[in-house]
Amino acid sequence: MTDTAPTKTLVIERDIPHAQEKIWRALTQSALVEEWLMKNDFQPTVGHRFNFRSTPVPGWDGVIACEVLLVEPNSRLSYSWGTMGMVSTVAWTLTPTKDGTHVRMEQTGFRSEQDAAYKGATYGWTKFIGNLERVAGGLD
Amino acid sequence: MVMIPPMQAAQAIADNLFKALSDPTRRAIFEHLARDGEQTVHALTARAGVSQPAVSKHLGILKNAKLVRDRREGRETHYRAHPQSLAPLVDWMSVYGAFWRDRFDQLENLLKRMDQ
Repeated sequence: MTDTAPTKTLVIERDIPHAQEKIWRALTQSALVEEWLMKNDFQPTVGHRFNFRSTPVPGWDGVIACEVLLVEPNSRLSYSWGTMGMVSTVAWTLTPTKDGTHVRMEQTGFRSEQDAAYKGATYGWTKFIGNLERVAGGLD
Repeated sequence: MVMIPPMQAAQAIADNLFKALSDPTRRAIFEHLARDGEQTVHALTARAGVSQPAVSKHLGILKNAKLVRDRREGRETHYRAHPQSLAPLVDWMSVYGAFWRDRFDQLENLLKRMDQ
Protein backbone atom coordinates (compact mmCIF):
# COMPACT_ATOMS: atom_id res chain seq x y z
CA MET A 1 0.00 0.00 0.00
CA THR A 2 1.43 3.32 -1.03
CA ASP A 3 -1.83 5.29 -1.12
CA THR A 4 -1.60 6.64 2.42
CA ALA A 5 -1.35 10.39 2.12
CA PRO A 6 1.23 12.01 4.38
CA THR A 7 -0.03 13.99 7.35
CA LYS A 8 0.00 17.72 6.80
CA THR A 9 0.31 20.55 9.27
CA LEU A 10 -1.24 24.00 9.23
CA VAL A 11 0.63 26.62 11.23
CA ILE A 12 -0.64 30.09 12.05
CA GLU A 13 1.52 32.42 14.12
CA ARG A 14 0.94 35.92 15.37
CA ASP A 15 2.60 38.38 17.70
CA ILE A 16 -0.13 39.72 19.93
CA PRO A 17 0.46 42.74 22.18
CA HIS A 18 -1.07 41.17 25.28
CA ALA A 19 0.32 39.30 28.27
CA GLN A 20 0.70 35.54 28.10
CA GLU A 21 -1.56 35.00 31.14
CA LYS A 22 -4.35 37.01 29.57
CA ILE A 23 -4.18 35.11 26.28
CA TRP A 24 -4.14 31.88 28.27
CA ARG A 25 -7.44 32.87 29.85
CA ALA A 26 -8.95 33.58 26.44
CA LEU A 27 -7.83 30.13 25.28
CA THR A 28 -9.01 28.19 28.33
CA GLN A 29 -12.03 29.85 29.97
CA SER A 30 -15.09 28.37 28.33
CA ALA A 31 -17.12 31.59 28.20
CA LEU A 32 -14.19 33.51 26.71
CA VAL A 33 -13.43 30.76 24.17
CA GLU A 34 -17.04 30.99 23.03
CA GLU A 35 -16.57 34.68 22.28
CA TRP A 36 -13.87 34.19 19.69
CA LEU A 37 -14.13 30.54 18.64
CA MET A 38 -17.32 28.57 19.29
CA LYS A 39 -19.77 27.43 21.94
CA ASN A 40 -18.06 24.75 24.02
CA ASP A 41 -17.89 22.82 27.29
CA PHE A 42 -14.13 23.01 27.49
CA GLN A 43 -12.25 22.49 30.75
CA PRO A 44 -8.46 22.78 31.00
CA THR A 45 -8.02 19.20 32.24
CA VAL A 46 -6.10 16.53 30.36
CA GLY A 47 -8.47 13.78 29.27
CA HIS A 48 -11.57 16.00 29.40
CA ARG A 49 -13.84 15.34 26.43
CA PHE A 50 -15.79 18.28 25.10
CA ASN A 51 -17.52 19.63 22.02
CA PHE A 52 -17.31 22.78 20.01
CA ARG A 53 -20.67 23.60 18.49
CA SER A 54 -21.27 25.82 15.52
CA THR A 55 -24.40 26.46 13.49
CA PRO A 56 -25.51 23.26 11.76
CA VAL A 57 -25.71 23.31 7.99
CA PRO A 58 -27.46 20.74 5.78
CA GLY A 59 -25.44 17.53 6.00
CA TRP A 60 -23.35 18.65 8.98
CA ASP A 61 -24.47 18.86 12.60
CA GLY A 62 -21.92 21.55 13.44
CA VAL A 63 -20.34 19.49 16.23
CA ILE A 64 -16.57 19.14 16.69
CA ALA A 65 -15.66 16.38 19.16
CA CYS A 66 -12.52 17.10 21.16
CA GLU A 67 -10.38 15.77 23.98
CA VAL A 68 -7.85 17.76 25.95
CA LEU A 69 -4.38 16.32 25.34
CA LEU A 70 -2.01 18.74 27.01
CA VAL A 71 -2.27 21.60 29.49
CA GLU A 72 0.79 23.58 30.56
CA PRO A 73 -0.62 26.73 32.16
CA ASN A 74 0.22 29.95 30.32
CA SER A 75 2.29 28.20 27.71
CA ARG A 76 0.95 25.09 25.97
CA LEU A 77 -2.50 23.70 25.25
CA SER A 78 -3.52 20.94 22.90
CA TYR A 79 -6.75 19.12 22.03
CA SER A 80 -7.94 16.68 19.43
CA TRP A 81 -10.39 18.04 16.85
CA GLY A 82 -12.74 15.54 15.24
CA THR A 83 -15.37 16.43 12.70
CA MET A 84 -16.65 15.27 9.32
CA GLY A 85 -14.97 11.92 9.85
CA MET A 86 -11.54 13.50 10.16
CA VAL A 87 -9.51 13.83 13.34
CA SER A 88 -6.73 16.34 13.74
CA THR A 89 -4.86 17.89 16.66
CA VAL A 90 -4.86 21.57 17.55
CA ALA A 91 -1.86 22.75 19.58
CA TRP A 92 -1.37 26.23 21.02
CA THR A 93 2.00 27.55 22.13
CA LEU A 94 2.43 30.90 23.89
CA THR A 95 5.89 32.42 24.11
CA PRO A 96 6.57 35.76 25.81
CA THR A 97 8.09 38.49 23.65
CA LYS A 98 9.33 42.00 24.38
CA ASP A 99 5.94 43.54 23.59
CA GLY A 100 3.55 40.75 24.38
CA THR A 101 3.17 37.16 23.30
CA HIS A 102 3.98 35.06 20.28
CA VAL A 103 0.95 32.84 19.62
CA ARG A 104 1.40 29.74 17.53
CA MET A 105 -1.48 27.49 16.46
CA GLU A 106 -0.59 24.23 14.83
CA GLN A 107 -3.24 21.91 13.42
CA THR A 108 -1.86 18.53 12.44
CA GLY A 109 -3.44 15.49 10.89
CA PHE A 110 -4.85 16.59 7.57
CA ARG A 111 -4.95 13.67 5.26
CA SER A 112 -6.44 13.47 1.84
CA GLU A 113 -7.80 10.87 -0.53
CA GLN A 114 -8.16 7.40 0.98
CA ASP A 115 -7.40 8.41 4.54
CA ALA A 116 -9.98 11.13 4.71
CA ALA A 117 -12.65 8.65 5.82
CA TYR A 118 -15.44 10.91 4.74
CA LYS A 119 -18.81 9.85 5.94
CA GLY A 120 -21.30 10.60 3.24
CA ALA A 121 -24.15 11.25 5.60
CA THR A 122 -22.30 13.51 8.00
CA TYR A 123 -20.05 15.41 5.66
CA GLY A 124 -21.41 18.82 4.75
CA TRP A 125 -20.77 18.31 1.09
CA THR A 126 -24.31 19.13 0.00
CA LYS A 127 -23.66 22.77 0.78
CA PHE A 128 -20.28 22.53 -0.86
CA ILE A 129 -21.75 20.97 -4.00
CA GLY A 130 -24.26 23.81 -4.24
CA ASN A 131 -21.37 26.24 -4.58
CA LEU A 132 -19.69 23.91 -7.01
CA GLU A 133 -22.46 24.30 -9.54
CA ARG A 134 -21.41 27.82 -10.47
CA VAL A 135 -17.79 26.80 -10.83
CA ALA A 136 -18.73 23.80 -12.90
CA GLY A 137 -20.86 25.97 -15.20
CA GLY A 138 -17.79 26.69 -17.28
CA LEU A 139 -17.12 23.04 -17.96
CA ASP A 140 -18.77 21.00 -20.65
CA MET B 1 0.78 -0.45 -6.65
CA VAL B 2 -0.69 3.02 -6.50
CA MET B 3 1.48 5.78 -7.88
CA ILE B 4 1.18 9.39 -6.80
CA PRO B 5 -0.56 11.00 -9.76
CA PRO B 6 1.32 13.77 -11.52
CA MET B 7 -0.24 17.21 -11.51
CA GLN B 8 -1.95 16.78 -14.85
CA ALA B 9 -3.51 13.49 -13.81
CA ALA B 10 -4.74 15.11 -10.60
CA GLN B 11 -6.33 17.89 -12.65
CA ALA B 12 -7.98 15.36 -14.95
CA ILE B 13 -9.47 13.65 -11.89
CA ALA B 14 -10.80 16.95 -10.57
CA ASP B 15 -12.23 17.83 -14.01
CA ASN B 16 -14.04 14.52 -14.09
CA LEU B 17 -15.53 15.19 -10.68
CA PHE B 18 -16.66 18.68 -11.62
CA LYS B 19 -18.29 17.43 -14.78
CA ALA B 20 -19.97 14.53 -13.00
CA LEU B 21 -21.42 16.87 -10.39
CA SER B 22 -22.37 19.68 -12.76
CA ASP B 23 -25.73 18.06 -13.58
CA PRO B 24 -28.52 18.55 -11.00
CA THR B 25 -30.08 15.12 -11.65
CA ARG B 26 -26.72 13.42 -11.09
CA ARG B 27 -26.14 15.43 -7.94
CA ALA B 28 -29.58 14.41 -6.67
CA ILE B 29 -28.80 10.73 -7.37
CA PHE B 30 -25.42 10.99 -5.65
CA GLU B 31 -26.87 12.85 -2.68
CA HIS B 32 -29.64 10.28 -2.36
CA LEU B 33 -27.11 7.41 -2.34
CA ALA B 34 -24.84 9.18 0.14
CA ARG B 35 -27.72 9.84 2.50
CA ASP B 36 -29.76 6.67 2.26
CA GLY B 37 -27.19 4.03 1.36
CA GLU B 38 -27.13 1.44 -1.37
CA GLN B 39 -29.99 1.40 -3.90
CA THR B 40 -30.98 -0.53 -6.99
CA VAL B 41 -31.33 1.19 -10.34
CA HIS B 42 -35.07 0.55 -10.08
CA ALA B 43 -35.38 2.31 -6.75
CA LEU B 44 -33.28 5.22 -8.01
CA THR B 45 -35.41 5.53 -11.15
CA ALA B 46 -38.57 5.72 -9.05
CA ARG B 47 -37.12 8.73 -7.22
CA ALA B 48 -35.25 10.47 -10.02
CA GLY B 49 -38.20 11.47 -12.18
CA VAL B 50 -36.40 10.43 -15.39
CA SER B 51 -36.35 7.20 -17.40
CA GLN B 52 -34.30 4.18 -16.40
CA PRO B 53 -31.91 4.50 -19.37
CA ALA B 54 -31.31 8.12 -18.33
CA VAL B 55 -30.63 7.06 -14.73
CA SER B 56 -28.27 4.35 -15.95
CA LYS B 57 -26.40 6.87 -18.06
CA HIS B 58 -26.06 9.24 -15.09
CA LEU B 59 -24.85 6.36 -12.92
CA GLY B 60 -22.27 5.48 -15.57
CA ILE B 61 -20.88 9.02 -15.46
CA LEU B 62 -20.85 9.00 -11.64
CA LYS B 63 -19.11 5.63 -11.71
CA ASN B 64 -16.53 6.90 -14.17
CA ALA B 65 -15.75 9.72 -11.72
CA LYS B 66 -15.54 7.05 -8.97
CA LEU B 67 -18.33 8.79 -7.06
CA VAL B 68 -20.40 5.60 -6.99
CA ARG B 69 -19.61 1.91 -6.93
CA ASP B 70 -21.81 -0.88 -8.15
CA ARG B 71 -22.32 -4.55 -7.53
CA ARG B 72 -24.43 -7.04 -9.39
CA GLU B 73 -26.86 -9.21 -7.47
CA GLY B 74 -29.06 -11.48 -9.57
CA ARG B 75 -30.76 -9.30 -12.16
CA GLU B 76 -30.33 -6.11 -10.22
CA THR B 77 -27.38 -3.75 -10.05
CA HIS B 78 -26.93 -2.02 -6.70
CA TYR B 79 -25.19 1.34 -6.43
CA ARG B 80 -23.65 3.00 -3.42
CA ALA B 81 -21.97 6.38 -2.93
CA HIS B 82 -18.22 6.65 -2.63
CA PRO B 83 -17.89 10.20 -1.33
CA GLN B 84 -14.17 9.70 -0.58
CA SER B 85 -13.70 10.57 -4.23
CA LEU B 86 -14.68 14.14 -3.42
CA ALA B 87 -11.46 14.54 -1.45
CA PRO B 88 -9.44 16.11 -4.30
CA LEU B 89 -11.97 18.95 -4.38
CA VAL B 90 -11.72 19.79 -0.71
CA ASP B 91 -8.54 21.58 0.22
CA TRP B 92 -8.65 21.26 3.99
CA MET B 93 -5.50 23.28 4.42
CA SER B 94 -7.02 26.36 2.83
CA VAL B 95 -10.43 25.82 4.45
CA TYR B 96 -8.88 25.71 7.93
CA GLY B 97 -6.31 28.37 7.08
CA ALA B 98 -9.09 30.88 6.41
CA PHE B 99 -11.03 29.64 9.44
CA TRP B 100 -8.19 30.11 11.93
CA ARG B 101 -7.06 33.46 10.55
CA ASP B 102 -10.59 34.74 11.06
CA ARG B 103 -10.66 33.30 14.59
CA PHE B 104 -7.28 34.89 15.41
CA ASP B 105 -8.82 38.24 14.44
CA GLN B 106 -11.72 37.59 16.78
CA LEU B 107 -9.33 36.50 19.54
CA GLU B 108 -7.44 39.79 19.22
CA ASN B 109 -10.71 41.72 19.34
CA LEU B 110 -11.68 39.88 22.51
CA LEU B 111 -8.28 40.55 24.11
CA LYS B 112 -8.75 44.29 23.50
CA ARG B 113 -12.08 44.15 25.33
CA MET B 114 -10.81 42.05 28.25
CA ASP B 115 -9.52 43.52 31.51
CA GLN B 116 -5.83 43.18 32.13
